[in-house]
Amino acid sequence: MRVTVTVNGTTETHDVETRMLLVHYLREVRGLTGTNIGCDTTSCGACTVLLDGESVKSCTLLAVQADGGEITTIEGMAAPDGTLHPIQQAFHEHHGLQCGFCTPGMVMAVASLLKEHPDPTEAEVREGLEGNLCRCTGYHNIVQAVLAAAHSGELVP
Amino acid sequence: MSAAVLEEHGAAGVVGTRMLRREDPALLSGEARFVHDLVVPGALHMAVVRSPYAHARITSVDVSAALGMPGVVAALTGADLAAEWASAMPCAWPVTADMQSPKHLPVAVDEACYTGDAVAVVLAGSQAEAQDAAAAVAVGYEELPAAVDLEDAARDDALAHVDAPSNRAYTWELVPDPDAVRRAFDEAAVTVKERYRQQRLIPAAMEPRGVCVVPQPFGGEFVVYSSTQIPHILRTMLGLTTGVPEDRIRVIAPSVGGGFGSKLDVYAEELLCLALARRLRRPVRWSEERSEAAQATIHGRGQVQEIELAADADGRVQAVRVHLLADMGAYLQLVTPGVPILGAFLYHGTYDVPAYSFTCTGVFTNKTPTDAYRGAGRPEATYAIERAMDALARKLGMDPAELRRRNYIGADRFPYSSVAGLVFDSGDYEAALDKALELVGYDALRHEQAQRRSDGATKLLGVGLSSYVEMCGLAPSRVLASLHYVAGGWETATVRMLPTGKVQVVTGATPHGQGHVTSWSMIVADKLGVLPDDVEVLHSDTGLSPLGLDTYGSRSLSVGGTAIALAADRLVDKARLLAAHRLEAAPEDLELSDGQFVVRGSPSTSIGIGTLAFEAFTAHDLPEGMEPNLEASATYDPTNFTFPFGTHVAVVEVDTETGRVDLVRYVGVDDCGNQINPLIVDGQVHGGIAQGVAQALYEEASYDERGNLLTTTLADYLVPAASELPSFTLGRTVTPSPSNPLGVKGVGEAGTIASTPAVVNAVVDALSHLGVEDLEMPVTPERVWRSIGASAPVQGGAR
Repeated sequence: MRVTVTVNGTTETHDVETRMLLVHYLREVRGLTGTNIGCDTTSCGACTVLLDGESVKSCTLLAVQADGGEITTIEGMAAPDGTLHPIQQAFHEHHGLQCGFCTPGMVMAVASLLKEHPDPTEAEVREGLEGNLCRCTGYHNIVQAVLAAAHSGELVP
Repeated sequence: MSAAVLEEHGAAGVVGTRMLRREDPALLSGEARFVHDLVVPGALHMAVVRSPYAHARITSVDVSAALGMPGVVAALTGADLAAEWASAMPCAWPVTADMQSPKHLPVAVDEACYTGDAVAVVLAGSQAEAQDAAAAVAVGYEELPAAVDLEDAARDDALAHVDAPSNRAYTWELVPDPDAVRRAFDEAAVTVKERYRQQRLIPAAMEPRGVCVVPQPFGGEFVVYSSTQIPHILRTMLGLTTGVPEDRIRVIAPSVGGGFGSKLDVYAEELLCLALARRLRRPVRWSEERSEAAQATIHGRGQVQEIELAADADGRVQAVRVHLLADMGAYLQLVTPGVPILGAFLYHGTYDVPAYSFTCTGVFTNKTPTDAYRGAGRPEATYAIERAMDALARKLGMDPAELRRRNYIGADRFPYSSVAGLVFDSGDYEAALDKALELVGYDALRHEQAQRRSDGATKLLGVGLSSYVEMCGLAPSRVLASLHYVAGGWETATVRMLPTGKVQVVTGATPHGQGHVTSWSMIVADKLGVLPDDVEVLHSDTGLSPLGLDTYGSRSLSVGGTAIALAADRLVDKARLLAAHRLEAAPEDLELSDGQFVVRGSPSTSIGIGTLAFEAFTAHDLPEGMEPNLEASATYDPTNFTFPFGTHVAVVEVDTETGRVDLVRYVGVDDCGNQINPLIVDGQVHGGIAQGVAQALYEEASYDERGNLLTTTLADYLVPAASELPSFTLGRTVTPSPSNPLGVKGVGEAGTIASTPAVVNAVVDALSHLGVEDLEMPVTPERVWRSIGASAPVQGGAR
C-alpha cells in the first residue's frame, strides 16, 4: 500500500506492507534509527514520536495510519546547525539521561507534555511521563530537566 | 576530607566538578547507534524457537514446514548444531571443587530445562520472515516434572535435569570459628531469627539484547557486534566455545542501552550468530524481543535467606549466622554460582561483629538462569542484616538508629579486619547516619508518626533505615583466585598524545550509560593539562582496545580509572624528560602546570605538553635512548577491594484501608570516596535507588506451579514509572579510599543495595504497632492489607 508521510519536514511516498508498524517504517524505510523499540506491548515509550503534533507510540500504529500525516522524530528536534532543542539541552544540563536508549522517546513525550502543560508541577510531570520507562535515572533528573525546560522561556508554544 | 580532593587535584582542575557529559549530544539527537540500528546489507535474521515447557524431553523437531516458508535460508535443530560447539556454554566461577554444572548447549538437544530454552533456530531474509517460520517449526515434547519452587527443589521433589543426582549445585561455607558462634548464641541475652525471600527480578535494561556477526571477506575474521558489558571476556569465551581462534574475533559493543549485570554474560545467541555466520558465510543478526528478554536474559536475586542475630542486653550484636538457598535457575551462566558468594562476606553489614557463620547452597530449578544483577549478592546481604537489625530493635524496644549506632565499626578502627576475612579500607559510618537523619528530619518524623497513630489516622507514617557497606572494585586477582574465579581483576589503559596535541585514551572498561568518556577525559585532562574535549576515549572494541576486563561490580573507576591515571602519570614522566632536554634543565626542576612544563623559579622558561607531543612525533631531537612519541600504558591490579558505604532513609505512607504504600520521601547519604564528577555520582545513586525501590514494592518474575513465567512483558512486570517514585534527597560524606591512588570507591550499585531494606523497613515500621513484623517482597497493597488483618496489635505501645 502507498503511503505519503512527512517526516521532519521531508515528504516521501513509499509502498509498504499493510502490517508494517510505524516504528519499522521510520527506522527501516526512512532510515531514522533514533526512535528505539524497547518492548512489544506499548509499555515502555521508547518509540514515542509526534504525529501531527501529538505524541504517539509508533509501535502501536501502522505505517498506513500515518498516511498524509506529519511526523517529528528525535532527529527533527535539533536545529539544522546542530543546536539542541531546549528540551534536549535541558536533559543535557540536568543529566537526564544515562544509557540514552529511552531518551529519544522521552524527549518526544516531554515535547507533547509541555505543549499541553506549559507550566507543569512536579506531580504533573511525573503523571505525564508515566507511559515512558527509564531504567537508569530513577526519573529524578528527567523531572528536573522537564521543569527547567518549561521555565527556560525558550519553548515556542 | 573534601580539602583532600582539592589538594590532590588542584583548584583549577576539572576533577571534582559537575562537568556535563560528553556522551549526551549523540544520544540526545538520535545519532548514537545501538546494535539494532546497524545497517548490514545481506544479513540473515535469526529467530529462536523456545521451549514452552519448563521441563520436557524433546522427542522430535521437524523444521521442514519452516524451510518452505518465504525468505527462509536455514532451519536448524540442536542436533544439527551440536558439531559447531568446541565446548559448552561457559561458567567462569566454579565456587567449589565438587560443583555440579549440567552441560549447557546454546540449543538444547534432548531436554529443555526452562521456558525459553532454545530448541531450534531459523534464519531468513527479514526478522518478520524468520519469526513467521519459527512458528512453523514443529517440536514434540514430553513434559517432565518441573523443579519450580526453590525450597521444593532443594528437597529434590522434582529433578531439574533428569540425569543429575540431585538439584544441588554446591554448598559453600564461611565459618571461621564455629565454637565462637555457638557460644555467642548460647550466651546471648536476645536473639532474632528471620527468614526472608529475595524474589526473582528481571533486569529489564531498556535496550533488549542484540547481536550481529559479520564475517570479513578476507582473513577469516569475524566482527561481532553485541549489546554487551563484556566485549573482552566475550571474545575469549566465543573463541573457546565456537573454536574460532580468538585472534580472528573482534567484538564491538556499540552504544549499549543499559545492562545492570544482565549483559555481563555470554549468551546462546552470541554463540549462535557467530557459528551460523561461519557456517553460512553470511552476516547473521538477532534482535531480542521484550518477551524473549524476560525468559532468555538472566534473572537476578532468587534466594531464601535465614539470618540469626545474637546480641547482649545492650543490643550489641555478638554473632551473625546465615543459611542461604540460592536459585541458580536451569543452568550456570557466566558467574551464576558466585553471586551469593559476593555477598557472603557482608552479612554483618556495617557492624563490629565478633562471630560469623555463613552457609549457602546453590540449587537448580527449571527456570531462567540467574546471574549478576546490580549489586549481585550484596543487596541480598544488606537486605538480610538491615531487616534483622530492625527486628532486633523492635525486640529490644530500641530506636533502630540507636541500635545501629551502638554496633557500627568505629571510625577509629580502619583499616578494619572483619570477622569474615576482609580488610575494610576506610569508613565513618556514624557520620553518614548522622547526616541522613538530619536531612530527613528524623525526630520530627517520629513525632508525626506517633501523632498519626494516636489520632487513629488511616494513613500511617513509616520510617525505614538502612546502613550498608559494599565490597567493590572487583577485584584483586589473587583474591579472585582464592575464590576459584577463573580470571583476574585488573584493568588496563593506554594514554597517547597525537602530533597536534590531541589525546587518545584506550580503556578496557566498557561503558553502557555510566559516562566513562566524560570521567576518563576529566582524569586525563587534569593529569596532562589539556581540555577534556581534546581527549578522545577509545573503548568497547577489542580491535581498538585489545585487552581489558570490562565493566561490572562498580569496578570501572577504581580499577580502570586508576589504570588511566597511572598511564597518564607515565606519559607525563616521559614528557618531563623531553621537556628537560629541550629547556636544558634538570627534570626535577620542572613542574607541569596548565599543560606547561615550567622551570621552577624561572617562569618564563617553559614548554607546552602539546609542543612536546609534536617534538616526540618528529623525533628530530630526542634525548639519547628515548623512543619517539608520547604514549604510555598501565595495567592496574588492585591490592584490595574498596568499601563504599552510607545510610539511606525511606519515608512511606501506608493506607490501612487499601494497603497502598506511597514512598513520600527518600534520603540517601553515600560515601564513595573521592568523586571525579558528582553529577554522574548523583545519577548513579538516583537510578540505583529506583531499582532497589522496585524490588521492595513492585517487581517480581512470577512463575506458576508448572514453571511458566507469568511476567513476560512490561505490562505484567512492573518496572516503576516516574509516577511511582518521588524525587530523592542526596547527601554525601567523603572518606577517600587508601586502596587506590585516586582515593575512589565506586558508586554504581550503592543505591540498589541501600534502598530495598530501607523501604521494607519503613513499611513494617508504619505497621509495627499493629503487630506486623515482616512483609514479603514485593510489598504489594494486597500483602499490606492482608498483614494488617492478620496481625494482632502490639500492647503497651512498643514500636
